[in-house]
Amino acid sequence: MPALSHVANAVVSGMLTGIVYGLMALGLSAIFGVIRLVNFAHGELMTLAMYAAVVVFQGFALDPFLTIIGVALAFGGLGYALQRGFINRFVHRAEHAQMLLMISLAIIIGNVLLLGFGPDARNVQTSYQLDSFEIGPLLLDKVRVFAAAAAIVTTGLLAAFFRFTLTGKAIRACADNPVGARVAGLPVAHLYAVTFGIGAGSVAVAGCAMVQLIDVTPGLGPSYTLLAFIIVIVGGLGSMVGALLGGLVIGVSEALAGLLIAPSAKSMVSFGLLVLLLLARPQGLMGGGRR
Amino acid sequence: MGSVTRRTFGAAVAGALAAGALPRRARAQGAAPKLKIGVLLPRSGLQAFIGQSCQRGADLAPDLLRQRLGVEVELMNADTESNVDTARSRAERLIEQGAHVLVGAFDSGHTAAVAQVAEQRGVPHVINVAAAPQITEQGYKFVFRNFPPAPEIGRNGLVLLQDIFKEAKVEPKTAVFMHVNDTFGQSMAKGVAALLPKVALPFKLVDTVPYDPAAKDLTVEVSRAKATNADLLLLVCRLNDAIVLRREMVKQRWNPMGVVSPGSPGLYEEQFSKALGKYAENCITNTVWFNPKNPITHDVAALFKKRFPKDEFAFHGTNVAYTFDAILIAADAFKRAKSVDRKALAEAIRQTNIPETERVSFGGPIKFNAKGQVEGNRSMVLQNLHGKPTVVLPKDYAEGKLIFPVPKAS
Repeated sequence: MPALSHVANAVVSGMLTGIVYGLMALGLSAIFGVIRLVNFAHGELMTLAMYAAVVVFQGFALDPFLTIIGVALAFGGLGYALQRGFINRFVHRAEHAQMLLMISLAIIIGNVLLLGFGPDARNVQTSYQLDSFEIGPLLLDKVRVFAAAAAIVTTGLLAAFFRFTLTGKAIRACADNPVGARVAGLPVAHLYAVTFGIGAGSVAVAGCAMVQLIDVTPGLGPSYTLLAFIIVIVGGLGSMVGALLGGLVIGVSEALAGLLIAPSAKSMVSFGLLVLLLLARPQGLMGGGRR
Repeated sequence: MGSVTRRTFGAAVAGALAAGALPRRARAQGAAPKLKIGVLLPRSGLQAFIGQSCQRGADLAPDLLRQRLGVEVELMNADTESNVDTARSRAERLIEQGAHVLVGAFDSGHTAAVAQVAEQRGVPHVINVAAAPQITEQGYKFVFRNFPPAPEIGRNGLVLLQDIFKEAKVEPKTAVFMHVNDTFGQSMAKGVAALLPKVALPFKLVDTVPYDPAAKDLTVEVSRAKATNADLLLLVCRLNDAIVLRREMVKQRWNPMGVVSPGSPGLYEEQFSKALGKYAENCITNTVWFNPKNPITHDVAALFKKRFPKDEFAFHGTNVAYTFDAILIAADAFKRAKSVDRKALAEAIRQTNIPETERVSFGGPIKFNAKGQVEGNRSMVLQNLHGKPTVVLPKDYAEGKLIFPVPKAS
């Protein structure tokens, strides 16, 4: 049995990792909650954002945390254009058509990255990348702490946007009753595009935050799409707080399983949790209400 | 004059075709025979850096072997993309395209797949780098390996640990063993587990932590290993995971007496030093290496410097040495067989006897046993000093002084 300090460190590390996972899943949750579209290109969009952070760092030596706003705005625009140009035409089509569209988009992004950057792993090296904060017996990975802070701020901003702004309220109206929203004269196609833009922007924040934690390769996307699905299903599809909570649950349970059982038990535990939750509470931890 | 019948017309066409083919055939008979070698390496994907490093060894071979042996070798390069299925299909394709011999394929899983294809198709396969012991335990007749199998690397690596402790006059009391959970890693883990009781080492193994070779995050694995409070980390890794793991050790401020690989890639690679800078320093690998005293090694190193002026030969030592030697084995057999017939080549490879001074890699003479395996390959202790792998033991070959225990990374 490991010492208590090791267990505490594993729990804190799992929490930080989980919050970062939650940030990654946030966009997926927002898009599904409003447009009812399952974004199979989610991981690829994050990979694209990570490459954007790498390129900016290599070109201008700009810290990825400082590029967050720029990259998020660019991805917001890209997401808006994608939804307005292509995805809106599929919103009312059968689910398998939507699924094929998003899988195609994922494959295209992955292959464009492969053509552009080659297969090798790339990373960003900053002066504080390997530093940790020391609080008593706890060691907090500096990058994870910054990434978790970015996740919490982003979630708070999104929650405030949906709660207090007119556009946010209109988007919530679209999510609750798309037909009613149309009858009331809301520009649903535009609001869907804004939502996809917000989702893509959130993924971009996650990409910039994670580029110092993992090396990026063109093939990184699918595993993170899958992880994001697990998190939003655990947290509750469409719930932003649920995405963070889902990330926390997965992060901490993986850390404890790895420490107390075996490292190879990490995935087994997260998928086991998913199965249990689907049986006991299919709507997820925070499912039922939206945002 | 009789009329042209169908039979006489057919005979005339056949005659004309035969006459047309004659000069080409005659030309082919007159030309110097050339050995076509299909080289299979993971030049992209997860193992791209190491695959490309091996490729350099292959690329140097044709010119040097023409000078040394007077034979013509043509390389047919194929990328396995770090994928078993791709390795298998590329091997099939190379054979279809006329490869007389296959060389490769660095990864044990990929190599096992290529070996199966080679055996089924009756094409000699000379393995450059791959350590899973079962590859040469299948009773194959066309598969040959100069590289030592994992238990032998492990044994050599563990025996050299004794030399490290003796030289440093320090003995760790406990060790934790971390290894990649793939074919190679599992072979090494079995080898280490079987050999530890037989090799008199001063430490007790307190835990074994396997991990996914494609893992992007090793926080939990490192936490678990750190929690053992072991004095020494024994590590069997590959390149990308070694970088992730070492970063995590620094973040978690885990400073064991040393990080020692008993015989795996990763720690001595150029990318490891580039990615980690000062944190790559002092990591130790007891591994197969090139023999710096052999004249052929000097020739290979000189040509390497000429062809790849931006690269340091030391970073590519094992990969270049064993890949070059695999092609040397094929070319030497071709010279003796005087034929590109695949059976004749396989028989000639079986009779190989290259003296230890005529090979680039470090070990005894290259002679294959009944299983197609070379015995007597040796290891050296390499330590990352001043940004590059440096031989610190055996003393006869040492280029630098061993540092053990290593100073804390900060």
